[in-house]
Amino acid sequence: MFPKGTKRKFSDSGEEPVPSGEQGQPAPSAAARTLSSSYSLQRQSLLDMSLIKLQLCHMLVEPNLCRSVLIANTVRQIQEEMTQDGTWQIMTQALAAAQCPADRLVATEVLCRQTDMAAQAGQSPKPFSVVGLEEGYHSEEVVMDGDGDTEVTMSTLSTVSPQLSSASYLPGPFGMGPCWEEEEEEGECEEDEEEDSEECVSEGEEADRDHLTGDSRTGEQVFGTFEIKHPAPPPDPALEELFSDVDASYYDLDTVLTGMQSAPKMGPYDLLESLSSHGPTALSSSTSCRSDLNELDHIMEIIVGS
Amino acid sequence: DCCIVRFDETARLGGVIMLNNCRWQVIFSPAKSEYTFLTADIISTVEFNHSGELLATGDKGGRVVIFQQEPESKNQPQCRGEYNVYSTFQSHEPEFDYLKSLEIEEKINKIRWLPQKNAAQFLLSTNDKTIKLWKISERDKRPEGYNLKEEDGRYRDPNTVTTLRVPVFRPMDLMVEASPRRVFANAHTYHINSISVNSDCETYLSADDLRINLWHLEITDRSFNIVDIKPANMEELTEVITAAEFHPNQCNTFVYSSSKGTIRLCDMRASALCDQHSKMFEEPEDPNNRSFFSEIISSISDVKFSHSGRYMMTRDYLSVKIWDLNMETRPVETYQVHEYLRSKLCSLYENDCIFDKFECCWNGNDSVVMTGSYNNFFRMFDRGYRQDVTLEASRENSKPRSVLKPRKVCTGGKRKKDEISVDSLDFNKKILHTAWHPLDNIIAVATTNNLYIFQDKLN
Repeated sequence: MFPKGTKRKFSDSGEEPVPSGEQGQPAPSAAARTLSSSYSLQRQSLLDMSLIKLQLCHMLVEPNLCRSVLIANTVRQIQEEMTQDGTWQIMTQALAAAQCPADRLVATEVLCRQTDMAAQAGQSPKPFSVVGLEEGYHSEEVVMDGDGDTEVTMSTLSTVSPQLSSASYLPGPFGMGPCWEEEEEEGECEEDEEEDSEECVSEGEEADRDHLTGDSRTGEQVFGTFEIKHPAPPPDPALEELFSDVDASYYDLDTVLTGMQSAPKMGPYDLLESLSSHGPTALSSSTSCRSDLNELDHIMEIIVGS
Repeated sequence: DCCIVRFDETARLGGVIMLNNCRWQVIFSPAKSEYTFLTADIISTVEFNHSGELLATGDKGGRVVIFQQEPESKNQPQCRGEYNVYSTFQSHEPEFDYLKSLEIEEKINKIRWLPQKNAAQFLLSTNDKTIKLWKISERDKRPEGYNLKEEDGRYRDPNTVTTLRVPVFRPMDLMVEASPRRVFANAHTYHINSISVNSDCETYLSADDLRINLWHLEITDRSFNIVDIKPANMEELTEVITAAEFHPNQCNTFVYSSSKGTIRLCDMRASALCDQHSKMFEEPEDPNNRSFFSEIISSISDVKFSHSGRYMMTRDYLSVKIWDLNMETRPVETYQVHEYLRSKLCSLYENDCIFDKFECCWNGNDSVVMTGSYNNFFRMFDRGYRQDVTLEASRENSKPRSVLKPRKVCTGGKRKKDEISVDSLDFNKKILHTAWHPLDNIIAVATTNNLYIFQDKLN
């Protein structure tokens, strides 16, 4: 249906992909949309743009959470639509075929998981880990043969980054996680710092393990319902009262566990290291940090001692 | 420059004004260039106090500048004075979060004035993490005639003291002092986007991306968390809080808006944690306008109650909506700010302009609403007479006492003279912050780094 080898041009950035056809008309079917190469080109370029924006999040000092959430939602939306009309699987398969397994950024490795490519081919499209697509990813040519026998050729996968990892199309944690968790992951450690610090440590470790091994989550589970989940049930009021004046914000263990931008996932010893490396610096900081140092020492004791 | 300006009588009487009859005259324009400026000079918030006599601005460098309106001239009682700098102080300093290796910006996100109770003025100013209560007081007298001290403070030799006198206060040059009275810190994990003083004048709320806290103005070491939308698993985060405000009259009611275009009204009497809203305001999406950017442009950047408390206004990327608090299903009025941008959303997404957070404001009697746009344009919508106007804040057009000329953006093919085509709009020149005097037709408009003040000129 489409001539082979047709080189497509980047669409004018002024035009946006509009899923629902022209005004007043019902939205074209998924199949019809697939056939509209202009639309899918624009959609792809929007996806690329969004992923680049999310990547840059990691480099900013403090990413704007609202902006990150909105971009991530956009990516999710595109992915959903591409999943529906089948182009998602085509794209992931194509990237899998062109994958260079040896060259992969450590950061990507940490944030995503390896899956069995063969297994992936047979399964429903996995949710997109937005960390995966590095800057410099351009898909220059996508050619689709009709009649079900889709043949995709991808050329010039990445002119910039040889470490492009197509293994990034993985279930696993939604890549946004680390970006946001840099900000502050408090989990349930907000109020009950002393009591639950051990829990928090093990929670962090568990999360690490999930990152590395859990393959159970499907697209639905990660991206399924987008309502706001109600927060965890409020902690025990007695405990809360006991620790109500404990200042939790700066030294939540979850913050420490997840807050390192470039470090790989940490075990307790890494945590210890990073805590101690922060300790002396904190001593020379403003007076507002001084009162929190005792709490920091206490946390370290718990981690190391018990 | 000193400018004698006139005002519109009807505004003072509380009558509805007709926008088309307004003639906006410049009463304050910047001396600074708009092309070369320091990042620290970028204005990040503008707010009149409750009488309108004072106007506060906050900037990226953590400074607060307060302007004061000159008192009415006795010779010309109909004329109101200009605004001059009254006080400047450094409110916030940059901080470093050692644990996360991140810098905490000193940029002032919001300023809110407290209602005046005595001679001093109080305002709350906040950056991303810390809220401060500032007292601004005047000193125009000082005690003189101490018995034991000389005027310069040195102690007198007791042997020289032969008589006793009572020290008296003598006038001195006016000195305006700003002193921090309270520091409300360490209560926000995420970036604070809003503060709002309660009508009880004892409490206020502060909102960040995921939580809202309630404070007592006297108590700095604890706050109550009243809204928490943080999911148990951060990977499931799809919505953040974008703005929050207390109801102007009901001290138990507040609203908060979200990045998904919803507004939730909460009643603090219902429960301690207001995660369950009393009302949720949301307009169903127009299926004809659906695109990948629909959610982003529906994200609400500002929410403001009307002075009456009966309505609230929200600003999303392309429009301003007025909601009746009694109707949750849709807004009662919608005004298009720059609909011509709808076909440019992809470009605006690419250059990040789509994430710009525009604010909006009501005039004193809730008959007109105002908000900013690009190219240093700002827009006013007259609710009563269904009129709207586009004006520009730029140095070229803002010589003192000059009257602003309405602007028009050409959306169609043929561009008329004086119209500006959409493609020649400067998206770096954005007006995010505007404020309207609570009692008069005086408006403050902030371009990137400059403040303008305009007043409606009596015809």
